[in-house]
Amino acid sequence: MKISILGGRLIDPANDIDRITDLHIAAGKVVAVGAPPVGFEAGQTIDAKGQVVCPGLVDLRASLREPGQEYKATIASETAAAARAGITTLVCPPDTDPVTDTPALVDLIRHRSSQAGFARVLSLGALTQNLDGQQLAEMGALKAAGCVGVSNAHRPVNSTQVMRRAMEYAASQDLPVFLHAEDASLANGGCAHEGAVSVRLGLPGIPDIAESIAVARELQLIEQTGVRAHFCQLSSERAARMIARAQHDGLPVTADVAAHQLFLTEMDIGFFDSQCHVRPPLRTQRDRDGLRAALARGTINAICSDHQPHDTDAKLAPFPSSEPGISALETLLPLTLRLVDEDLLSLPEAIACLTSKPARIIGQPSGLAVGERADVCIFDPGHYWELSAETLVSQGHNTPFLGWEFKGRVTHTLLAGHMVFGPKH
Amino acid sequence: MKRANLQLDEHGRLRHLLTIEGLKRQQIIAILDAAESFISVGDQQVRKVPLLRGKTVVNLFFEASTRTLTTFELAAKRLSADVLKININTSATVKGESLLDMLRNLEAMQCDMFIVRHGDSGAAHLIAQHVAPHISVLNAGDGRHAHPTQALLDMFTIRRHKGEFAPLTVAIVGDVMHSRVARSQIHALTTLGISDLRVVAPKTLIPTQVENLGVHIYHDMKEGLRNADVVIMLRLQKERMQGALLPSEQEYFQDYGLTEEKLQVAKDDAIVMHPGPINRGVEIDSEVADGPRSVILEQVSNGIAVRMAVMSMVLGRAPIETGGEGEA
Repeated sequence: MKISILGGRLIDPANDIDRITDLHIAAGKVVAVGAPPVGFEAGQTIDAKGQVVCPGLVDLRASLREPGQEYKATIASETAAAARAGITTLVCPPDTDPVTDTPALVDLIRHRSSQAGFARVLSLGALTQNLDGQQLAEMGALKAAGCVGVSNAHRPVNSTQVMRRAMEYAASQDLPVFLHAEDASLANGGCAHEGAVSVRLGLPGIPDIAESIAVARELQLIEQTGVRAHFCQLSSERAARMIARAQHDGLPVTADVAAHQLFLTEMDIGFFDSQCHVRPPLRTQRDRDGLRAALARGTINAICSDHQPHDTDAKLAPFPSSEPGISALETLLPLTLRLVDEDLLSLPEAIACLTSKPARIIGQPSGLAVGERADVCIFDPGHYWELSAETLVSQGHNTPFLGWEFKGRVTHTLLAGHMVFGPKH
Repeated sequence: MKRANLQLDEHGRLRHLLTIEGLKRQQIIAILDAAESFISVGDQQVRKVPLLRGKTVVNLFFEASTRTLTTFELAAKRLSADVLKININTSATVKGESLLDMLRNLEAMQCDMFIVRHGDSGAAHLIAQHVAPHISVLNAGDGRHAHPTQALLDMFTIRRHKGEFAPLTVAIVGDVMHSRVARSQIHALTTLGISDLRVVAPKTLIPTQVENLGVHIYHDMKEGLRNADVVIMLRLQKERMQGALLPSEQEYFQDYGLTEEKLQVAKDDAIVMHPGPINRGVEIDSEVADGPRSVILEQVSNGIAVRMAVMSMVLGRAPIETGGEGEA
């Protein structure tokens, strides 16, 4: 199918383009920007006047619950939600059940996602077998199977020696390591930031040093081993500051933040709102502001959804026993656009945090120049809408943002030139 | 929309009792006054009043308890309610049947009040959010969060001995970190406007930012007890010796155990309280626990009157003509 997208504001951060122009697509690729190639006849034209046309969004962390927890969500259900949200590439953490520590699992996930056909799902392989933090996973085989990095997800690698070896081995395989920095003994049993709210509500706390102490260890190991490393879902100002210093010293580290961490704080827990039970926990306003500043400075490179769809029962429990996480694919772009409205980022900068910058971290293309893959997101930046459970495509309706009014909504999503979401959907 | 203060009904009256936080001073005083009127019931030949006749009260205890469970049961019976006790073995808790499913079943049996104790902070709030409109929930202790009736009976006991709250200096000593009792006492005492509220413990037992709740922190017991009118000792769970919170029971008793000698620096007429059960020789010396300044057993009997007061206020709310006003 040949498609022409006409009159939109093309924002393509990878190629430093921000202008009103046309985009022409054939055989899954961009064939022209501006005037169509000679003899080009579009089978479909999309009128994008007043709309923003940008590369499909890249989400560095989305749990799709398959395999293992299909009662919560499936690859098909969640990639459909991704298409609705303009996301064309999802990175799936290895804490599936069974763990993604074999090529067979990577193949299974890829197969299921291409069957569904809504989005490209890339896997992070396990750093250690079964994520138990002891034996290295077969990183070479995982890389050959298509893993874009390795990670131990939220499971701690308590042994510094094992972490050092794992980083050394990953460095030899030229695989980036994705780190969830959390000192297990400091976080032990906690479910909320250790501070004013946890003391009031009697919730076991996770201090911010649980994150920053782990960051300190990992930074030294990164320096020692020379591995490429990426810090996932930072939650504290202190950790962001340490990573900024390391980057300043020339260490090749990157970082992302979950969109909700830029808007919510511990105060949003109110009286035990389990929708605000997330991991790492929501912290103070000072942390939120520090994360925002780190994003604006470029210390934090990408914004991810940290999508965690749940069944209803998972949140219908007392706060400490409820399962952490937010169904977040469909608020990734709307929340990021709020940062533009709040003058933290320009629109091209915001889009870069969702496209070119995360794509670079996983070594994927993200651009709409001629010859590049036609993963496209088109959104109406002036459209006001309210998030409601009825309109969520994700099988998980667990989000603290229900009832929020957002500005900016995706109208079309193209995956390699195929329309996976549009007016007909 | 979620009501900001879940425990009050649309007329501002107490519907549930989940936490002391957010109660007005007058509401606390009203409960203490009502409890005063119930004290005499226990002394009568027939220890019953018919206030809750025909009502069914369910004790839902997901954690072991002796005195709280018993005093709630006695309180309900003295109000002529029917009482049902469901003891949920914590080891076999809610496998297969979720907490909320269990509550739906009890609702279907036309119960009127759930008295809940649970190991998770926020359990009572969760239940209150999901019960039918005619049901009230009393929190009998949730995790480390709150134990509001314990705090109220402590306030009742303090008022009986000291009268006014405003001039008082109160020291809460011990494991504040893990104590729901302490949290509720702190909210109650600050709401009642006492002049000096102290917590006394080593740093490992004092939660971060507890000063935000309006308390002064002391690590030295004698400093903390100086001129106190009321000394509240908290129970120290034996398992706190693990997890590197404390070196040993001996050292804890040495530094923070209440003895006659340490009590010397408090006011001459200071009273000593403890929510029970006490660990003799760990947080309190027997000589003090059984001594003339101890009001520990009085707290237990006051607990019945205070729980009668709360139950009758919550379940005995007269219907108010709403003039067609819907459920908010």
